[in-house]
Amino acid sequence: MRLNIRILGAVAALLLAAACSSTPGPEGATASVAPGTPGHFQQVAGDRVYFETDQSDLRPDARATLDKQAAWLKQYGDRYQQYVIEGHADERGTREYNLALGERRANSVRTYLVTQGIATGKLRTISYGKERPEVVGSDEGAWSRNRRAVTVLQ
Amino acid sequence: MKETRMSRRMVAAGLPLIVLGTPAILRAQTRGLLQVTVEGASANPVPIAVTDFVGDPVGVQISQVISADLERSGLFRPIDRGAFIERITDPGKAPRFQDWRAINADALVVGSATQQADGRLRVEFRLWDVAAGSQMTGRAFFTQSANWRRIAHIVADEIFKRITGEDGFFDTRVVYVAETGPGNARVKRLAIMDQDGANHRYLTDGRALALTPRFSPTLQEVVYMSYAQGVPRVFLMNVDTARQELLGNFPNMTFAPRFSPDGNRVVMSLATDGNSEIYAMDVRSRSISRLTNHPAIDTSPSYSPDGGRIVFTSDRGGSQQIYVMGAGGGDGQRISFGQGRYSTPVWSPRGDYIAFTKQEGGSFSIGIMRPDGSGERILASSYLDEGPTWAPNGRYLMFFRQAPNAGGRAGAVRLYMVDTTGRVLRPVPTPTDASDPAWSPLIPQ
Repeated sequence: MRLNIRILGAVAALLLAAACSSTPGPEGATASVAPGTPGHFQQVAGDRVYFETDQSDLRPDARATLDKQAAWLKQYGDRYQQYVIEGHADERGTREYNLALGERRANSVRTYLVTQGIATGKLRTISYGKERPEVVGSDEGAWSRNRRAVTVLQ
Repeated sequence: MKETRMSRRMVAAGLPLIVLGTPAILRAQTRGLLQVTVEGASANPVPIAVTDFVGDPVGVQISQVISADLERSGLFRPIDRGAFIERITDPGKAPRFQDWRAINADALVVGSATQQADGRLRVEFRLWDVAAGSQMTGRAFFTQSANWRRIAHIVADEIFKRITGEDGFFDTRVVYVAETGPGNARVKRLAIMDQDGANHRYLTDGRALALTPRFSPTLQEVVYMSYAQGVPRVFLMNVDTARQELLGNFPNMTFAPRFSPDGNRVVMSLATDGNSEIYAMDVRSRSISRLTNHPAIDTSPSYSPDGGRIVFTSDRGGSQQIYVMGAGGGDGQRISFGQGRYSTPVWSPRGDYIAFTKQEGGSFSIGIMRPDGSGERILASSYLDEGPTWAPNGRYLMFFRQAPNAGGRAGAVRLYMVDTTGRVLRPVPTPTDASDPAWSPLIPQ
């Protein structure tokens, strides 16, 4: 039941994001890295999105980031063989459940990028559960940055 | 009677065994007066005198291992050797009971270790009920000298069983994940050790993350999850040869493996398009069958000891809870209804309890409940207690406890043992940080 609601929510979010996707991104301000490099991807699009506790649906800020990722990938993506989406969880869950949650988060990003026109065949997901935190800390500030999905260019 | 038992065990064990009779003068008095329940003893440990085994110097080490085992169970209080009045020189003779009553010993262990002409070691022990003045049990073992620690554990198991009526758990091993390195780039290796931390060795080299090992009921094998091939997948490893193989070639992540009680199947989660479902695999034929079918996360499966049911974690109700289904799959019935989120259910080898990890408020706890969800009891709690595993007697659990991270440094992670009353909580020694313990069955003798 609840998942159906989530899926409907995600569809609504996609429509909303599509409506906003023509908004130009704030690129080019201090372009010190070479265009098309992973550093450029991080600077222009942002390589990661964050999630709420125990959730894998995409927040509005995450969708905005993924829109920029999709735009960047369409421009420079042919330099890379694949885009690996790493799903992560904070440490406030058990190891096995967090592996499943990380996979679900990575898949949310993958699904969204596909709807934005990224080729399915170039996207791969991998879950690290709570094994690879971005921030080693035990407060909400750290946990909120560890609940993430990172797009890695390979 | 005794001879039948002896010869059967001799065949199975490779550890030839002799049952030692009570000296004739005492036989008339032999009655098992000293009997305690596990629950009673955890509140009031039995004072026991474990004397140095006479003969070969290894005898002293054997009695130290026996004493440490009994102490670690929390059910026994070994008496300081300095208080002993009688010095045992001939363990074949009856002790002076008044000397042991004077220091308030309820039980007395005596023994010897002797090198045989053929190079083997003969270890003999007797357990005396001090108040009754009678022998409770006595045995002799022949073994390779290198096996002396195992003999000590087997003796401790005999003493535990004779006094509590429950099987022991000392002649067991633990596979766990040894952790080193910074918190954001942890190195995780599988390691194996005896239950008391001795005979420690690593099973993987640390190049790939290795997680969630589980012992086979046939003991020589573990299943675990590794990133060795990039995609996280379930592997099978022989712990004696360290030979490992991929268990099934699936395109996506496989994780959370656990053996069936007969060792013939491995049940695990398989992720497809982000959705984790539970599958069972026949270890020999590698054929698989799907057991759950739900868009929620279904993971951490564990068989009942009769193999007929599977308990697992699912968030199909909106948050992580524990469900039970038939071993052939199906919808399952929710059994956890307390406050908080429940996960990592593990069915006790006795069948009477399901252990779990519970998140509530700011803490994580290890608890047990009956298979119908009643009788929930929390045994240990902290910032992060996780991952219970049962001792083969179903009376003790091991789990890991992680301290909060601080100043960008990973909090310490350690293994702990707790009994089903929650009164006996002990750290388990490991050379480095440690998590994901998996307790073996009793080693076949």
